Amino acid sequence: MSTVSETTHDGAVAMSAPPSPDEGLTPAQLAQKYGLSQSGARPGLFEYVRQLWDRRHFIAAFSSAKLTAQYSQAKLGQVWQVATPLLNALVYYFIFGLLMGGRGSMSNDVYIPFLVTGVFVFTFTQSSAMAGVRAISGNLGLVRALHFPRASLPISFALQQLQQLLFSMIVLVIVLLGFGHYPSMSWLLVFPTLVLQYVFNTGLAMIMARAGAKTPDLAQLLPFIMRTWMYASGVMYNLTEQLRNKHAAEWLINLLASNPASVYIDLMRYSLLGHGFNHADLPPHVWALALGWALLVGALGFVYFWKAEERYGRG
Amino acid sequence: MAEQQQDTGATAQAAPATPTVIADDLHIVYRVYGGGGKGSATAALNRIIRRKPGGSVREVHAVKGVTFTAYRGEAIGLIGSNGSGKSTLLRAIAGLLPAERGKVYTDGQPSLLGVNAALMNDLTGEKNVVLGGLAMGMSRDQVRERYQGIVDFSGINEKGDFISLPMRTYSSGMAARLRFSIAAAKDHDVLMIDEALATGDRKFQKRSEARIRELRKEAGTVFLVSHNNKSIRDTCDRVLWLEKGELLMDGPTDEVIKAYEKESGK
Repeated sequence: MSTVSETTHDGAVAMSAPPSPDEGLTPAQLAQKYGLSQSGARPGLFEYVRQLWDRRHFIAAFSSAKLTAQYSQAKLGQVWQVATPLLNALVYYFIFGLLMGGRGSMSNDVYIPFLVTGVFVFTFTQSSAMAGVRAISGNLGLVRALHFPRASLPISFALQQLQQLLFSMIVLVIVLLGFGHYPSMSWLLVFPTLVLQYVFNTGLAMIMARAGAKTPDLAQLLPFIMRTWMYASGVMYNLTEQLRNKHAAEWLINLLASNPASVYIDLMRYSLLGHGFNHADLPPHVWALALGWALLVGALGFVYFWKAEERYGRG
Repeated sequence: MAEQQQDTGATAQAAPATPTVIADDLHIVYRVYGGGGKGSATAALNRIIRRKPGGSVREVHAVKGVTFTAYRGEAIGLIGSNGSGKSTLLRAIAGLLPAERGKVYTDGQPSLLGVNAALMNDLTGEKNVVLGGLAMGMSRDQVRERYQGIVDFSGINEKGDFISLPMRTYSSGMAARLRFSIAAAKDHDVLMIDEALATGDRKFQKRSEARIRELRKEAGTVFLVSHNNKSIRDTCDRVLWLEKGELLMDGPTDEVIKAYEKESGK
């Protein structure tokens, strides 16, 4: 510190001033006396939740703005929201449906909706994780310029993926109707499933966001982890059936079928496919698993993210 | 500790002084990845194998032990050459950059005048006004209430209905005007302005200077970073001079600027 010029200069002013009652206080004592709070300190957990609630409109506006901005340069504009998942479904139909024929014991009219459901639901989790890992490290400008609870960012990105999934669901309904699966009461189960999966994804995005803020390299590594996870979750085939054919150990089958991605995919298939995907195809205690994963990862992710709140933004 | 006490005692002479910002031996360190060393993949691998984790991380000590107390009603200018740590100091006061050591105490939430980062070029001006307002912490009602004021102030619609076009179609001057208008729409306790004055054409500059004076009246304390000594003289009554991250001088505007101009050889 170059205190020399400071003290000589200030000393001259101080001599003419009357002695202040604040003289002799350390900065910390002075701050306490006038009720000043530490800038950039982490708020308590409940205070943090309240701050987040105050920012709910920003979270919603930010996610839909990101979603709209995605296709704003394209001539067809927002049509791509639906066209992209539709084209995806078409490609899967050509490759897995027409070229390779139905898989396992499933006929085409079960397999195609089965496949499309799996792909869309897994993509929801996958892209939430991928967006989460860049939520802080990719928005440093925003983090360094404005004040808001940082958890707004991963929550908002997960919300953007949920909105994206809702567009995909339009395509999914068309596919379901096309292959003769008509609406039934079990379709209502889609809503609790989506809520639970959203909570799980948000928690995952928050874990990824903190990890990615510290280690940006994770963004390069994550696609490979996600792809491995995809093959272990039975997105393109009936996992349980395939493993049984290979005489895998029962515990391994149960373990893989209990992983969160697989649980949410299976629940969605069970809700939508009716006769094609029975209760027998679900792992035991599937709702408990779905709820447990959502609460565990949701709460864990939130606390884990909040713990480093004051450190985001150092780059 | 001794000089800190003297410092607080000295500035306390500004009558019924209520402190609004206290910086206590503040240090800010940036960590930069990928700087230094050879940038090639083999060099990076070599570092990993030899277990030298610090190889590609460089630390930049941007602010080194700054201590000062700011009081209600003060307008404080920050001067110093490029890269002396002025903007970094402001961000640390706002609580946006975590401190390596030391602490900053503030009254209320200091805010930095700037929303550039929250705005998206692919969205229309309309949506950006709403998004920027929400990002600054305004409620939906407040944004709705001030929307017309923001648009009128920016003067975007003077030459036709531009507010409903995406921001990427704006000229750089128009975009800067809209950004300033959004940022200046909110009231602040402690306001920090980082060289935001020089945007837009002459007419808009006049309007924005008037708005900044208004904001100063409403705000408790104003910090202004600028390389323009004249605008510092016009608006500030106290100046902090930073050089290489250290506080070189702290005092009344005239004295400090005189010393600064002597030093920088004018």
